[in-house]
Amino acid sequence: MTRQHITLQVNGDAFPLTVRTDRSLADVLREDLRLIGTKIGCNEGDCGACTVLVDGQTICGCLYLAVEADGREITTIEGLAPGGEELHPVQQAFVERGALQCGFCTPGMVLSAVHLLAHVEAPDEATIRHGLSGNLCRCTGYTKIVDAIQVASERMATAPGGAGEVQS
Amino acid sequence: MTAHASFEHHRPDDLAAALGLLAELGTAARAIAGGTDLVPQLRAGKLVPDHLVSLNRITELAALTTTPEGGLRIGAGVRIASVAAHPAVQRHWPGLAHACTVMATTQVRHMGTIAGNLCNGSPCADTSGPLLAAEANLEIASIRGNRSVALDGFHRAAKDVDLSADELVIAIVLPPPPPRSGGSYLRISARSRVDMAAAGVAARLSLAADGTIDRPRLAISAVAPTPLRCPDAEALLQGQLPDESLLAGAASACMATARPIDDVRASAAWRRMVVGVLTRRALTGALAMARGGAS
Repeated sequence: MTRQHITLQVNGDAFPLTVRTDRSLADVLREDLRLIGTKIGCNEGDCGACTVLVDGQTICGCLYLAVEADGREITTIEGLAPGGEELHPVQQAFVERGALQCGFCTPGMVLSAVHLLAHVEAPDEATIRHGLSGNLCRCTGYTKIVDAIQVASERMATAPGGAGEVQS
Repeated sequence: MTAHASFEHHRPDDLAAALGLLAELGTAARAIAGGTDLVPQLRAGKLVPDHLVSLNRITELAALTTTPEGGLRIGAGVRIASVAAHPAVQRHWPGLAHACTVMATTQVRHMGTIAGNLCNGSPCADTSGPLLAAEANLEIASIRGNRSVALDGFHRAAKDVDLSADELVIAIVLPPPPPRSGGSYLRISARSRVDMAAAGVAARLSLAADGTIDRPRLAISAVAPTPLRCPDAEALLQGQLPDESLLAGAASACMATARPIDDVRASAAWRRMVVGVLTRRALTGALAMARGGAS
């Protein structure tokens, strides 16, 4: 098996690794770095459970080769609330609005929402739904997810630092 | 995770190095940009390359620029999301902008490239129709030299494109849109998002001073082994004053050009019918845009 040395920059920390060239970023995050907040659902780019930010853009971690991520800035769900005490406004709104049921899609949903709110100020419902169209929820909880993102959007617009709180 | 794929991964920093690798490695190598089509094929064992040559560190492929004449040059490393967001694309090539907004998912559009969408050779590639209608050319490079080919003809058969193992599509080049022109791309799939198109129709035309149609271009996708221009429908429209019966005739001609199959996404009969519906709608949209004065 062909291996390569890479350094992943994940949530601000550098991780030197040796990985097989055919492994996905989602797989390496979960298995090698034990960052199991990133989920693997369909493993073919349809469901969005594996969504992470690479250089500020949401991507499918299951389709992204880990070797391609060498040196790039990666943000996973664990990077949004590093201390685990103060949640990101999107996470806080998900909790308050009950925007999750089984929770499997939630890390990907939250990261897609963070990306959307970093690029669109006060998105309307249609914009939010388009922004989330790469994240499937099989518990069919979309209405509360959209509500939560609208709440987060309002709070982030008035908070110091606004939507720039997480670099994305 | 994958039983078959064991490959060397190369990350050249410039185009010359990438072309050198492709020349040296030949059919043992595949180029990778977004990887959104390639990685699933590796995983399924449909492709078993010994080498991947990554284009993702090559800054000279990452530029999306307007040409001095008013055309557009899309580097092979430009992401689909960047094309969708580009003001000149939105204004002058609305069909392409629409394709790049609705295809696949946000995440895939952040990863994938137009060049990859075309080189993957899928008959349902969403960008192929609007690019055919826009009369796109491809810049192809190798260590033997560069060549420019029309996109029309690049797709030889399903999953078969006019590209040698040592060659790379480095850019997609669109000529300036004619004055008083309009364009549209419409696609339909069983689900509104994520799903691949079951049928797509792209239209582009301009209006002469006397109101007749000039340079009509129609392209259909997901309804034949390759994306196709529709020359019969174009000939029917050329020089004519648009009315309902003319658009109906063009729709019938596009339906006749289509060679659809039954598959998991739709039946052949339904696809052919939808080509007619989408052709009328795409032409109506393109005409409205042309009349609106936007170029």
